[in-house]
Formats: sequence, structure tokens, C-alpha cells
Amino acid sequence: MPIRKTLAIARKETQSYFVSPIAYVVALVFVSLTGYFFVDAMSSDIFPEASVNSYTGRSIFILALVGPLLTMKLLAEEQKLGTIELLLTSPVRDWEVILGKFLASLTIFGSALALTLVYVVFLFAFGNPDLGPIVTAYVGLFLFGAGALAVGLFTSALTSNQIVAAILSYGVLTLLTIIHLAADQVDGAMATFLNELSMVSQFEDFTRGILNLRSVIYYVSMIVVFLFLAVRALEFRRWK
Amino acid sequence: MYSRRNHRQSFNFLNFRFTKGLSPLLVGDSNILIEAIGLSKYYGRAVGIENVSFSIVKGEIVGLLGPNGAGKTTVMRLLTGFLAPSEGTARIVGHDTAEASLEARRRVGYLPESVPLYADMTVRQYLNYMGTLHGLAGAPLRSQVEETIETVQVSQFIDTLINKLSKGYRQRVGIAQAILHRPPVLILDEPTAGIDPAQVIQTRQIIRSLGTDHTVLLSTHILSEVSMVCDRVIIMNDGHVVADGDPSELAKGLAGTSRIQTQIRGPHEEIARALASVPGVRQVSREANQAEAVVNSYSIEVEQGKDVSEDIAKMVVGNGWALLRMQPDLLPLERVFMHLTEEETLADS
Repeated sequence: MPIRKTLAIARKETQSYFVSPIAYVVALVFVSLTGYFFVDAMSSDIFPEASVNSYTGRSIFILALVGPLLTMKLLAEEQKLGTIELLLTSPVRDWEVILGKFLASLTIFGSALALTLVYVVFLFAFGNPDLGPIVTAYVGLFLFGAGALAVGLFTSALTSNQIVAAILSYGVLTLLTIIHLAADQVDGAMATFLNELSMVSQFEDFTRGILNLRSVIYYVSMIVVFLFLAVRALEFRRWK
Repeated sequence: MYSRRNHRQSFNFLNFRFTKGLSPLLVGDSNILIEAIGLSKYYGRAVGIENVSFSIVKGEIVGLLGPNGAGKTTVMRLLTGFLAPSEGTARIVGHDTAEASLEARRRVGYLPESVPLYADMTVRQYLNYMGTLHGLAGAPLRSQVEETIETVQVSQFIDTLINKLSKGYRQRVGIAQAILHRPPVLILDEPTAGIDPAQVIQTRQIIRSLGTDHTVLLSTHILSEVSMVCDRVIIMNDGHVVADGDPSELAKGLAGTSRIQTQIRGPHEEIARALASVPGVRQVSREANQAEAVVNSYSIEVEQGKDVSEDIAKMVVGNGWALLRMQPDLLPLERVFMHLTEEETLADS
């Protein structure tokens, strides 16, 4: 049954995250920085706001780093150690391998993100926040992070060097994060296109409490496209 | 790795000459479990292997022999579906490894050369994981893991982390994952490389015992291993098959003749005349310094393919002499190997 194999891969990868320091370090850095952003916003003398906007807007730039760090080893290490040979000669489809590994990285990322819910608890304890924007912001963060993980998994399939994989995916994610800045330099349809392509532009509605279907489709498409590219990268190994 | 060139027809006669005995041409197709038909793999302009063809029938243990860079690992990677061929077809139990890759992969157990394992897992976790990938679950998975660890004798390390195991035991865990799902075909890439002599012997015994239930293709560059473990040997050099057959047949075939060493008690001149008159005997030579000996030692050169041992035995007994010893004097496999691989290199130059 395909799903059983996918889940077996996901479970194995999730367990292996816990025996290496990378998951702990990434979670610690993510939670610490978002915590700093939260405290920084709450201690503002000007106009403290009972919302999560204060840290979600800045957190997406951390996610552009968290994605590559969590995914860099997933396929690069298999290639370096040679375990990819056993994985790809067992009766498992390439997409099952990719999906299993993606689910594992999503589990770790989701857990780190869940830790930040403690800030929401504080908001409710000491303020009267609007639940809607908080929910949409977390949906947005989750989709943004999942997109970053998909990019990272794709670049991890391209090389046996984890550092190269991380740098490649960080480059792609940086480009997709700041590409809307290039929209200022052009006009018309191209400007619209570059704006629509930007992960930051697509994130804005989520922070405003709007669950924009177009933005959801953007992130889901991004995940599907990069996972598909990762599958093709594995297939390409057989033919090169 | 070497530059791409045309396949050398001049050496094809070796394949023809040595492919006998268990030749797949002589058996039904359903008996062929491993099949390579005109397999080639090119890496850009460089040739990995070129026009490699052979078949392996059910129950055979075949050794793939060749110097480093001969293309053994490439052949194995093509047969296991890890690589796709540039030309030709690889089949496992009739399933094309490129067209019906999953079906083929279900029927293969594979041990890659570097024995890649997940060091952060225990032996049990690792075998459970590999078993699940091969479609096992629940009670069958548990029972097959238990049986397999008994077979490869790693029961005492079942809950030990793989990174704590010696190389020999890691090798066994590698073999365990290959046989765990009971595949009809086993492909083992240098299964005894880098382990100590005692473990080499044990690993060979395990492989030999696996041969009763599996069809095995193993690569090695240890020539004695082929003689000890394999029913048949395929010799590769520079990406081509240069010989294929029974190890002792290869030695005979290379010589063009075979030789028999014998000891007979009786009158020398009459014995030599009688031996020379046996059909198939080309030449009889008596070992030196035996002028006055009653027990005479002879080296008898026999035409290729002729079995004269029974005729010689009858002749000796019929004349009332005593046959003290008779054994074939074959070329050692090392010489066959060196001859074939050096001949190829000379032809290239």
C-alpha cells in the first residue's frame, strides 16, 4: 500500500531528526527569534497591539532559512552515504520517497510553529485579541514554511552536499521572497506578475485576517511544483 | 572508465566457446531469472559497459569477476533498476527493469558495494523499515525479521545501533535486508570486501546456503571466492563480457586442451604406448628422473572437450596395472583471469 510506505519513510525521517542536533537547533532559533519579535512588539511604548502581526511579518524571513536547514540532509545525505541506492532499488515509487521526506520535515516545522502558540496564549491572557487574524496568520506561516521546505527538498535532491543544497534553496527562497521589489522597476503585466510571484506579497493577506484563496493556491502550487521537480530530479539520477 | 569504442567482435568467440553447461539457451524461458540483453550504459561520451549479454537460470550462483573499473557495479545497478540502460534490456524474472521497474524491484534483494546502512537505527528498526518498504507488515514482517537475523547470525545484535557494529556484522545486516522479503533473485556487490578472514568464510557459507532458495549474482575480485562459492563465472573487462562459463571449463577452454596427471604402477614403455593409443589423448609425457621407477607419473594432454578418464582407467585395469592417481590439471582461475583481461588490454592498444 503506497501510503504505508510513505508513512514509513516519514516516520523514519522524523525519528532521525531527533537523533541529530539540527532539529533542536532550528526549533530553538525559530522560537527564540519569534519570541524576541513578540516581546519587542509588546513592549513598544507607542501602540502595543494584541495580535500576532508583530512577529509573523518578520518570521517569514526566518522561515526562508529554516526551510533549507531542515531539508538539506533529507536527500543529499542519502546520496552521500549511498543509502539512496537501497531506497531507489526497493519497490517504492519516487514520489512516495519525496512525499515521505516532505511530511517528516513538515512535522518538525509544524512542531516548532506550534511552540510559538504560547505567545497566543499570552495574548489571550493579557489582552483581547481578534482570533480571525491569528488563525489566518498561522495558516499563512504554515503554508509559507511548507513552500520553503518543498524548495529545500528539491535542492537536496540535486546534490550530495548538504551545504550546497542549503545554499541553493536559500538562494531560490530569497529570490522568491524579494522578487516583488523588482516589480517597482517595470510596468504593467510584468509588474503584476512579479508581485504575484513573490512569497511576501502573497503572505500579506494572511496577516490581515483574510484567507485569500488565490494566495492559498499560490503556496499549494509552489509546494506541488517543487515536490514534482524533486521527483524528477530523482528520476533523472537513473538516466544520467 | 574509458573512451567509447566499437564492440570488439574478435573476442566474441570467447563467450560462445565458454557458454555451456547451464546455458540459458538450453532451458525454458521461465527458468531465466536474470537476463541482460545487449546492455550498454554511457556516461556522456564515456562508456560504462557496452553490449553486455548474459542470462542466469534459477538456482545458479554466478560470480561476476573483473578488475576495478570493469563495469561490474554498473551491470548490477542496471539489473536492480538503480540506473536505466542507455541501450539494451535488463530483466528480472521476466520484468523489464526500466519498463516495469517496480515489479522487477519487488523480486530483487540487493547489497550495494559500500553496504549503505542507516547508522542511527538499531538492527531491528532498520530491518523493520526495509521490510515495510518491501511491502511487509504486521506478523509476516516480524516473523521474517526474526528468521532473517537467525539466517545471517546477528540475533545478539538485534537491538544494537548499527554504528556500533563491526564491518563484518554490518555486512551481515546488509545481506539481511537483501533477503528479508524472500526475493527470488539476490544481487550482491562484493559481499566479502573489507571484512576479516573468519567473517569472509562465514559470509561465503551464508551465500552458499542462500543459493538453495535464491538465484545469486555476486561480484568479486577475489578469484578463489568464485571457485568456492559460484557455479559459474562471468568475467568482465573494460565494460565487456570477455568470458562466461564454469570456472573449470574456462580453464580448459583457455588452454585449448586439458591435461590429466596420473600415476600408474607397471612397465613404463607399455603404459606410455597404451596411454597414447587411447582416443582423445594427444600427447603423453613422463615426469623426469623416473628411469628405474616402478610407479610412473604421466602428464597426459587431452583434446578439448574429451573426457578420457574412464577409457584410461579401463585400459590400465584391463592390462593388470595399478592406477594409483588420476586428476585433471586445470589452469588456475587466476591465470584465466589474467590471460583474458591482459589479452583485452593488448587488443585495445
